[in-house]
Formats: sequence, C-alpha cells, structure tokens
Amino acid sequence: MNSFEYTRPVDVVDALCQIAADPTAKFIAGGTNLIDLMKENVARPSRLIDITRLPLGKIEETRDGGLRIGALVANSDLAYDPRIEARYPLLGSAILAGASQQLRNMASTGGNLLQRTRCLYFYDTSTPCNKREPGTGCSAIGGINRMHAILGTSEHCIATHPSDMCVALAALDARVLATGTDGQRSIAFDEFHRLPGDSPQIDTNLRADEIITAIELPPKGFAKNYTYLKIRDRLSYAFALVSVAVGLDIEGDSIKGARLALGGVAHKPWRDREAEAQLSGASPTRDSFVRAAETLLRRARGFGHNDFKIELARRAIVRALGQAARGTPQSQADKRVK
Amino acid sequence: MAQSSSAARKSSGRRPTPAKMTVTLHVNGIERRLVIAPWTTLLDALRLHLDLTGTKKGCDHGQCGACTVLVDGRRIYSCLTLAVMKDGAQVTTIEGLAQGSTLHPLQQAFIEHDALQCGYCTPGQICSAAGLIAEGKAGSADDIRELMSGNICRCGAYPNIVAAIEQVMFGKAPGEAKR
Repeated sequence: MNSFEYTRPVDVVDALCQIAADPTAKFIAGGTNLIDLMKENVARPSRLIDITRLPLGKIEETRDGGLRIGALVANSDLAYDPRIEARYPLLGSAILAGASQQLRNMASTGGNLLQRTRCLYFYDTSTPCNKREPGTGCSAIGGINRMHAILGTSEHCIATHPSDMCVALAALDARVLATGTDGQRSIAFDEFHRLPGDSPQIDTNLRADEIITAIELPPKGFAKNYTYLKIRDRLSYAFALVSVAVGLDIEGDSIKGARLALGGVAHKPWRDREAEAQLSGASPTRDSFVRAAETLLRRARGFGHNDFKIELARRAIVRALGQAARGTPQSQADKRVK
Repeated sequence: MAQSSSAARKSSGRRPTPAKMTVTLHVNGIERRLVIAPWTTLLDALRLHLDLTGTKKGCDHGQCGACTVLVDGRRIYSCLTLAVMKDGAQVTTIEGLAQGSTLHPLQQAFIEHDALQCGYCTPGQICSAAGLIAEGKAGSADDIRELMSGNICRCGAYPNIVAAIEQVMFGKAPGEAKR
C-alpha cells in the first residue's frame, strides 16, 4: 500500500471541503473494496477521509411511505432491518446473496454503490485496461472474459458491476441522495451508474465533489411477489455470473406491473423497460416469461468465454419470473433452485 | 486520537511522509496504545505490534476469512480494516475467547468434532462462529453453512466445522449432527 494521510472530518461540510481541496483524496467507509484496491496498487489516494463517524447511519421513514437509508448503514444491518424484511424483502435477499457476513458487517450502503468492477485485468496492473488507465486498451476483449458483460458493452470495456444490492435497488426504483458543495440532489437509480462507452474509467454520475448521504426507497416494495435469483460458480461468497431481481404486481391472473433487473451481465444493473412493458397486462405464464427474456436479451452479445451467459440469463429470467409469480422467492440458505 | 486537519494540503509538490498516529484499542479487554502508520491494517497491528499471532494472515484480500476477529462484538476481516479507523474499539481475537484455563465452548466443540486438519483457518473459523452465534440469524445447518461461507477451509473440514457449531448452538452431541 502507498503511504497516505488520514483525516476525520467533523461533519459532511468538512468532508466536502477536504475532498474539494485535494482531488487525489478519497472517502473511506467500510473500506472492503478500496483497501483491497490500494493493496493491489490500483487505487493510490494521497489521503483517506474517514467518514465513518459522520451521522449517516439511520434508516428512517419518508413522508410518502418509503424508507430513507443512511449511506453508512452496514449491509448486514440493512438486510436484517425489520422494515426491510417486511416491506422490501427483495432488497434484503439480494444483500444476503452477496459477499460474506464479515464483509456485509463492514460494507456501507453508499460504498456498495461505489465498488469497482472485479474484472481481473482491472486488478492486474501489468495489463492494459481502459478503466484503470484510459487509452491503454481492453485486455478482456480477446482475453479471458468468462465473467464479463453481454449487454451495453463498448469496444473500450466489457466489465460488469459486481453488486447484488444494486440490482435490487434498480428494480425497486430507488433514488440516490447526494450532497455537494453546491447543495443536495436526488439521482434516479438507473441514472446513477453509467455504461462504459468511451470513458469506462468513470463508473457513476456522482461528481468528484459530491458524497452519497442516503438511498431512498419508494413505498412500493413488491413484498408479495419477488425473488432474487443469483447464479454463480460456487453456492456462496462468489460474484454473480447472472443474477435476476424481480418484483411483480399481480391481480387475479394478470400481471399489473413488472420490474426486472439483471446483475453480472452489464456495467450497471440492467433494466429493460420494453421487456417490463411486455409483462404488464400479460398472464403470469411461462410463455410470457420466455417472451420477456427474449426481449431483454435481444441485443445481448458474447465475447467468447461468456457466450454461455446469454442462454443462462434467458433461463434465469424465466425461472425467476416463475418464482416471483408463485410467491416462492429463492432462499439464500437452501440453494436448490425451484 | 487522529486529528482532522482543517487546512487541506495543496495537491502540488512532494508530500512529506504522513506522521504515525496514536491509536487506542481495547484488545481482549486490555487497553493497548499503539503508535502506527495510517496504512497499518488491524491484522498487522495485532500480529506485528501486539504480538497476538493467533489471528492469521491468509489471502490478505478479504477472500479467505483467516483474519476474522470481532470488533465491538461483530465479526469482520481484520486484513481489510485500517487500525486507525477502529480507534477506541473493543477487539476480540482468538486469544481472548477462553476464560482462564477453560476453553470457549466453540474451542471445545472444535476439538470434540475434529473440526480442523492443519488448523490455519481455525482461529478465523472460531471467531466467525462466535460472531454468527451473537447475530442469532442461523436456525439450521443450511443457515450455518451459508453464514459461515466467508471462512474458507482448504483442508475441507467443513462437515465437522458445521457439526461443532451446531453442538454449541443447538446442544447437539457429537454424532447427532450428521446429515
């Protein structure tokens, strides 16, 4: 690890002043990803601004009947919060599908959004990587790319976003509250993360002088018909090959509204409004699910080793929609996929 | 106590090596003062500065669980934790679990169930299991397996590790916990 200076801001304004004064500084909260990147010499901050003692650790009701989750709430505390378990079980399930309990105890809500890709070339400083060093090229295209993206890729980067929690937040239409030196703003979750395009070094639309203070959940939690289905190389403590978050609004035998988000397949949690619109008004049958999967994957493209992800995603979407429609969400402890 | 420097340094020019900092940790009930560089991990602080070598360095990247300790009662990876960030915290390591010459029930159960071969992952497994029990979220062997997945055992002692934890959690005697 490179040497760095360590400071503890007294409040959010102090934290923002410190980050604005030093573009090579970084905020640190859980540190589960940043410290690892520093050990690998991928991140070399001159200063770590420890925000863990700032008052951003509460979960509160919002006036419209939703929840506001402070940026410093630990992933495990969020997953096990009784309000999340009762009203947003999709979010709790996705969190518990990710990482290990030790990491969930450490990792913060805000930091989960800002974690970097686990693309091995991004981590390996001896190889070209446009995300790590813009303009050097992408080693994954034409390289070992089994874990890589099949949707929304560019000729510059085919990395995936590694989070499970974010896939559920995307499906739930969460909003990200950010504070900068010029005030606060609320960012739709779908607009928070970026596709790689020609600037894969920039993961999110958060500005360098801003800090995430909270995530807001709208009232609708899809607590009755949901699932988070994660397919990975081992049964726990591994990143997704493909994951599917589903929330359905079912009345009688027809789907009134559908949310469908995928993880492990793109540079950001992947949603497709056309596939969701197709489900809306349809009956919850296998045929409808297959059609939605085909729509969502219509522009999917493999890069060799990850070609299998297209068929895997198709099957996972169909399976997950069935689990949600039946009201039998995937257990994160009993790993049998039903 | 770390200080927040109000006058942010300009990014131009060479930076002096940041000063060491004084950190207080309450390790296994004893107050310990350390003067360490900010990039010292909690794992290195325990092993190299406090000579508590029970906590193991496996991967050093948060992928194996050998470095698991309890901070303020919660299990975490000490290899991905900066010691300065835990200033004032209570830290429990494998050395702090026994009461005098009486082993912690998990230590005793690991012996009774032969829940180890080489033993390198064992301090992390036991600290993790202590955290698991304190969390109170595991009600079955499936839950134990899932919530212990952050601790890798390359000898493959998993069935006996789960049996040892079941014994402590559910009072199962050796032999009863077979699936």
